[in-house]
Amino acid sequence: MTFDLSERVQTVPPSGIRRFFEIAEERDDVISLGVGEPDFATPWAARDAAITSLEQGRTSYTANRGKRELREAIADYVADRFGLGYDPDEEIIVTAGASEAVDLAFRAFVDPGDTVAIAQPSYISYEPGVIFAGGEVRSVPTKEEDDFRLTVEGLEEAGADEADMLVLCYPNNPTGAIMTADDLEPIAEFAREHDLTVLSDEIYAELTYDGHEHTSIASFEGMRERTIVFNGFSKAHAMTGLRLGYALGPAEAIHAMNKIHQYTMLSAPTTAQHAALEALDSCENDVREMVNQYDRRRQFVLSRFREIGMDVFEAKGAFYCFPEVPEGFTAEEFAEAVLHEQGVAVVPGDVFGAGGEGHLRISYATGLEDLREALARIEAFVEEHA
Amino acid sequence: MSEREVLELLRENARYSTADIARMTDLEEDEVEAAIEELEAAGVVRGYQAVVDWDKLEDERVRAEVELNVRLDRETGYDDIAERLARFPQVTALRLVSGDYDFDMEVEGDSIREVSQFISEKVAPVPEITQTVTHYVMTSYKENGIELGDGEDDERLSVSP
Repeated sequence: MTFDLSERVQTVPPSGIRRFFEIAEERDDVISLGVGEPDFATPWAARDAAITSLEQGRTSYTANRGKRELREAIADYVADRFGLGYDPDEEIIVTAGASEAVDLAFRAFVDPGDTVAIAQPSYISYEPGVIFAGGEVRSVPTKEEDDFRLTVEGLEEAGADEADMLVLCYPNNPTGAIMTADDLEPIAEFAREHDLTVLSDEIYAELTYDGHEHTSIASFEGMRERTIVFNGFSKAHAMTGLRLGYALGPAEAIHAMNKIHQYTMLSAPTTAQHAALEALDSCENDVREMVNQYDRRRQFVLSRFREIGMDVFEAKGAFYCFPEVPEGFTAEEFAEAVLHEQGVAVVPGDVFGAGGEGHLRISYATGLEDLREALARIEAFVEEHA
Repeated sequence: MSEREVLELLRENARYSTADIARMTDLEEDEVEAAIEELEAAGVVRGYQAVVDWDKLEDERVRAEVELNVRLDRETGYDDIAERLARFPQVTALRLVSGDYDFDMEVEGDSIREVSQFISEKVAPVPEITQTVTHYVMTSYKENGIELGDGEDDERLSVSP
């Protein structure tokens, strides 16, 4: 017999990233610029705190929304870093990675038939998340000429004014684009005008460069009440495998998300919560140092692509840049050929949705030696095929 | 300010090429070269050395940390004693420190006998030195900020979202 799968699950195509992962895993000489997580280990103080918590036998569930101490620390952190005010008792929920929080939001706020506008290219989980929740996706492509920032014209062209919800991810995976306060202001106005709920995935908020400080769309007037902010410890604190994120939002919304969370997850991993508390308490310098390293690599990689003669916009956030593939290739063809011929893994931009075609996501969350070698191989590839 | 940035990168890896340093910063290659020249000329950068894990080599290398206590008088200050000790090629580092003793001296040699002889024949007899305590290095775990263990494998998935 064939198993009776739900239509929602069948609707979602297999991940385009998976295919490249499988080819890359078959070879042992591959340098990967396709990794979407930090190459640094979690700061030692945070790991040490996790170990200590295990030694002390702190392995029970926590409150559904997460340890109160951690929620307080998160409230202080987002107030201090981003000027956001959230009540640790009512307006913060700690989740198993920001991904869980995003899923909770879709399930808590999307009714079948609701339309969710997604600024793209973007992280690959939003679209399936909307479909699993029964909603319909409206892609809002961003453009290289705008440095992959979301614009009101882009929203209007895509018909996002008719949507119920808007999903943003800045600093952006996969492009490395950021949105400054000036860029966000008209988007906030658009959301207010068209009564959109905004889901703002700010997981890369700490990773901005060139003197840019992250601004949250929730900090604009009239936005807090319609916005859910997602953040977590995976990127800034290099804690991906510990699975710890959080969502910030109005009490009513967080209550709804917690309703699903309490029945499905119960509470986020306890050991990770101990690590996270220490990360916020004492790892600020570790974060600064990692950001410093990413920034050097960013500049190195951007310089090299320009030397190679591939167009690349000045990415100012996350740990990605998004060069254009040379003429004569689609992104997928280029990615596949450079992997086969040179053993360099990159991810074609179209995997990340509308607006990504013709580009490659290059992750510089990898050591400088490997970056140097990978770029030399890409250079050889481009010269050979020019 | 550019010198500060270049210095930071050289401290991370003194073998970065000037071209790579330029790529990692807002500087042009000739500006990087000028900054390095300036750092050297000003005596900020005194040299470039390899960080060695001696346990990985066949040849034995003996290293010791020596605590020194000294007695000063009107004619002799810390600098005078330090200058005298630092001239010995066996001394690889010498620092005046706070705490229970005065100088923290690092010594290297080819054998325990050689290092011991050096301490007893050249260092201990210096009239201002009142006490030496020699600690032979048994295993080194970290040198110049570089961990000497086997390191951690990159266990990340080769391609991930």
